[in-house]
Amino acid sequence: MTFTVPIDNGDSVKIAEEESQRTLYPYVTGTSIVAIKYKDGVLMASDMGGSYGSTLRYKNIERVKAIGKHSLLGASGEISDFQEILRYLDELTLNDNMWDDGNSLGPKEIHNYLTRVMYNRRNKFNPLWNTLVLGGVKNGKSYLGMVSMIGVSFEDDHVATGFGNHLARPILRDEWHADLSFEDGVKLLEKCMRVLLYRDRSAINKLQIAKITEEGVTVSQPYSLKTFWEFSSFHNPTAGAEGSCRMLS
Amino acid sequence: MTQSSVDLPPKGGFSFDLCKRNDMLTQKGLKAPSFLKTGTTIVGLIFKDGVILGADTRATEGPIVADKNCEKIHYMAPNIYCCGAGTAADTEAVTDMVSSQLRLHRYQTGRDSRVITALTLLKKHLFSYQGHVSAALVLGGVDITGPHLHTIYPHGSTDTLPFATMGSGSLAAMSVFEAKYKEGLTRDEGIKLVAEAICSGIFNDLGSGSNVDICVITKGHKEYLRNYMEPNPRTYVSSKGYSFTKKTEVLLTKITPLSERVEIVEVAGEAMEE
Repeated sequence: MTFTVPIDNGDSVKIAEEESQRTLYPYVTGTSIVAIKYKDGVLMASDMGGSYGSTLRYKNIERVKAIGKHSLLGASGEISDFQEILRYLDELTLNDNMWDDGNSLGPKEIHNYLTRVMYNRRNKFNPLWNTLVLGGVKNGKSYLGMVSMIGVSFEDDHVATGFGNHLARPILRDEWHADLSFEDGVKLLEKCMRVLLYRDRSAINKLQIAKITEEGVTVSQPYSLKTFWEFSSFHNPTAGAEGSCRMLS
Repeated sequence: MTQSSVDLPPKGGFSFDLCKRNDMLTQKGLKAPSFLKTGTTIVGLIFKDGVILGADTRATEGPIVADKNCEKIHYMAPNIYCCGAGTAADTEAVTDMVSSQLRLHRYQTGRDSRVITALTLLKKHLFSYQGHVSAALVLGGVDITGPHLHTIYPHGSTDTLPFATMGSGSLAAMSVFEAKYKEGLTRDEGIKLVAEAICSGIFNDLGSGSNVDICVITKGHKEYLRNYMEPNPRTYVSSKGYSFTKKTEVLLTKITPLSERVEIVEVAGEAMEE
């Protein structure tokens, strides 16, 4: 008597091996990045949190890094993929320096390189799970652009990723204008980051603002924003309506 | 025609008797009818003397704009109004129903309706339907106990807030409120802030659009400002609108009956077939 046993094991193990080579879900993620062009260059703000699902696992992640002399890269999404991208860019800048021809990669070139990398990975169904923001100044011209994990890339005067798309973009569209001063730019970014702090569950109150101008990159020390909780109806939310949700929404 | 053998549903709630048949039909390829959703921005805020409610005026059916200028601020009582987001039929029906219940209650008690009464009637109804009545509401009004603003979610939970937004454009509107709201706003500041929040929804959310409706409720007085702002007017290329150059000319004003010019032959028998 022969009985056929479905020989799933061999195949499924192989498939499992192949499947596990592709990025299926993000694990440790960073939330939004907000960036604007201002008078002297580009300002980029991000908080320093790395969430592992619904746990706030890491509170000291720098999600904005300087690339070469002319660019600033910010990333939201999977942190390990961001670190991999930084390694790619290190290799790129190293190879470029070896030419020793006095030329250095500007923000437009880095943006193009990242677009190609992201789009190619997406075509292989193995994306780098990030939305990247690239800002920089070269030869007096400021540049600000964005690449998503599926390779959508564009430049603009102000960008926001993640939740910032819904909460920060309306504010930036209304209040951004050309030739903002440094103080006004920081105030605008802080306004956006405060709304994100109130309304994005994965945001934390520890942020860094990075600035890039013709002179170079400065990343600020981490600091926190002041928040306001003293509305009179917050003190006694169910004064008029016993039985409704007592939790602050 | 065969009699349907489905029983009347028991009092209150839905009967799910036809779900299995509906599933079978969709599997066989029948497309379920879509319902009119009001992908929306609705907001409310409490100011010094009362409550201001605001809403956009676009009703969508999937990707199409079904109604460019619908009314999303519904009357509940002379001192209570309610904005509705979600399925248009659900918000209409639920607010109409509670509005008539409130009127009967007013006749019975001889007093003005309180906002908390409307709140309780709405949440009881929505909870008993377990979220299937897809109505997300912003209820505001001024009664004898003061101004009140509540949000009601489709599953029946409620919140009491100083400022609230609901609908697909709620994040765009909330970003304006979180950045700019303070306590003790005057009437004009409040109206300006509400209009700004609705415009933020109109211009940044695809499900909201067209005009801004505003309703201001204070003690003993209400103002329904329909189409308070129209930031999306129909524009024409020329300032005069469409104009046609005079290419039609009158040649003759004398009328000649056709029977003088033509011979009419009656063919016997064959009438024109319909």
